[in-house]
Amino acid sequence: MSEKSVQEMTAKELLAYYQAKLDEEARQAKANGKLVCWSASVAPPEMCVAMDIAMVYPETHAAGIGARKGAMDMLEVADRMGYSVDCCSYGRVNMGYMELLKEEAMTGKTPEALANSPAARVPLPDLVITCNNICNTLLKWYENLAAELNIPCIVIDVPFNHTMPVSEHAKEYIADEFRNAISQLEVICGRPFDYEKFHQVRRQTQRSIEQWNRIASMSRYKPSPLNGFDLFNYMALVVCARSRDYAEITFRKFADELEEKYKKGESAFKGAEQNRIAWEGIAVWPYLGHTFKTLKNQGTIMTGSAYPNMWDLTYDAEDESLHSMAEAYTRTYINTCLDNKVAVLRRIMEEGQCDGVLYHLNRSCKLMSFLNVETAERIQEKNGLPYVSFDGDQTDPRNFAPAQYDTRVQALGEMMEQAADGGQA
Amino acid sequence: MYTMGIDVGSASSKAVILRDGKEVVAGLAVQAGTGSSGPGRVLEEIAATSGLDLKDMAFILATGYGRTALPMADKQMSEITCHAKGVFFQDPSVRTIIDIGGQDVKAIALDDRGGIRQFYMNDKCAAGTGRFLEVMARVLEVPLEEMAEYHFRSKNPAQVSSTCTVFAESEVISLLSRGTAKEDIIAGVHFSVAAKACALAQRVGVRREVVLCGGAAKNGGVADAIEKELGAPLVVAQNPQLTGALGAALLAYEEMMRKERSA
Repeated sequence: MSEKSVQEMTAKELLAYYQAKLDEEARQAKANGKLVCWSASVAPPEMCVAMDIAMVYPETHAAGIGARKGAMDMLEVADRMGYSVDCCSYGRVNMGYMELLKEEAMTGKTPEALANSPAARVPLPDLVITCNNICNTLLKWYENLAAELNIPCIVIDVPFNHTMPVSEHAKEYIADEFRNAISQLEVICGRPFDYEKFHQVRRQTQRSIEQWNRIASMSRYKPSPLNGFDLFNYMALVVCARSRDYAEITFRKFADELEEKYKKGESAFKGAEQNRIAWEGIAVWPYLGHTFKTLKNQGTIMTGSAYPNMWDLTYDAEDESLHSMAEAYTRTYINTCLDNKVAVLRRIMEEGQCDGVLYHLNRSCKLMSFLNVETAERIQEKNGLPYVSFDGDQTDPRNFAPAQYDTRVQALGEMMEQAADGGQA
Repeated sequence: MYTMGIDVGSASSKAVILRDGKEVVAGLAVQAGTGSSGPGRVLEEIAATSGLDLKDMAFILATGYGRTALPMADKQMSEITCHAKGVFFQDPSVRTIIDIGGQDVKAIALDDRGGIRQFYMNDKCAAGTGRFLEVMARVLEVPLEEMAEYHFRSKNPAQVSSTCTVFAESEVISLLSRGTAKEDIIAGVHFSVAAKACALAQRVGVRREVVLCGGAAKNGGVADAIEKELGAPLVVAQNPQLTGALGAALLAYEEMMRKERSA
């Protein structure tokens, strides 16, 4: 694919192109003896990218497998390994995938479940990097990967923010964690850290995030040119390529397209949007189409979600103390106190002019599910918007029932209609 | 003007015909739900009872799990809205509804105009539902309609603590094998259902009047256990299995009124 044709691509084409390119680059890196790192989705990639390490993101990879209906094959491998259905399904899909890659590497034969999988082919890692700023399961999951593969595991430890704003000593601690990771990388790579490249990568990350935030801000328009489910799709690049220009190019194109759409008076919906909701929680990847269409069929558009907003990692790239970067990587809303979480969600609902909220009680994500009950009550107390919750799972299709989802979503639609009619049932 | 509400659930199919949004002309239930002969049979039987045909209906509104599989319906709405409408029509003093259906148990809080303030439903689990009661009745070899009789004979209800239907079934089997009296096991089963329903009701906030509807409300033992568990008086809806279909028929009438106003 020539550079010229990249310039002619639509945002959707760019998304597919760069996703495939990232996977290919990781495979090439492996083939050429360069290092490959598997990384947690909100762990900082800046240090690894500065050291020219190819990055692979198991959460995004698992989500893709789920969306392509390939999760069950991986989950069955994880079942056989002994992982309970109560463990995170991203983790289980990834452990299953890793096991199959390992079997292939050890025997020279590709296991059938891997050969037939719709999963994008990614290579085994030479190191892993994880961070506890969005969940604690990521620590144990990555420790397991490192133990199974006998490879180094870099952990960026981030304290939980009981109070906001983030304290100076927390920022200093996290900046030290970054510096410690740099020292580990020097040992793993066997060469001095490239501080100049690190600076450039931080600048690039900020250019990508700026464009990402441009996209997210489009839902403030009414009718909205942005369908919130698109953020779930484009999220792949803010996770996997925010420190590369791939994300910046794609997001700029998409934001331009949305602005163009808005100027022409076009909305994300072909018909008129009846009401707007916030979606709290991770997508149900194996049923992404179903969850979207059920809402669409009743004229509901999703215009707010804090989940893609986790990658609003805006910081000062010129700050050599790394305090600003440290703050960005610790203020993710689920790593902060309930008051702040509620404030973040309320702001997202206000900006998206939402009429109701749909909470995903995600069996995989105990952290988000635990917080939803109190969060929902507090938010309703403040803004009075109706809400419902449904049981589901990010990648285990066995934990989601479409009919139950449909009933709850329809009831939410009826409650929003009731509120618009002045409260009469 | 006649309107029809049809409520096709997982275990039964119900229909109500309403004249001018006020008078119930006919209403009945068939114990077979979506995907079975139930929906067809309930339509045939209500036609025979009322002497009215589908073409006599100005508007048909469907609800329940099988609501989207009924080609004759003009509109589909959720059972939450339909139950709220039906129960409030019967008793405007209702503020909390507990509905126990075949695979759902839900609590709905209403405002003083009958609007839905909040609702919570069971998660993806059969505990506390009508299906749970059916499984227990089968294990105990007691017909469902006789469960209440056993319940009121119980002096010392057994503890059935499992939240999983399969585990609760083995718990009941082990109680049977230990020689625990059937009436005590049945009362224990009813209290287990009540605990699940009351947890949801307490979550929405219990405000009087509290009305019980859904197929399980026909079992006086369940109603008794819920009343004791809630510590508040419980009203069992009239024809409790039909309140969803009644609400659907009322909402069908409102649809016609809205159409007439906008015409």
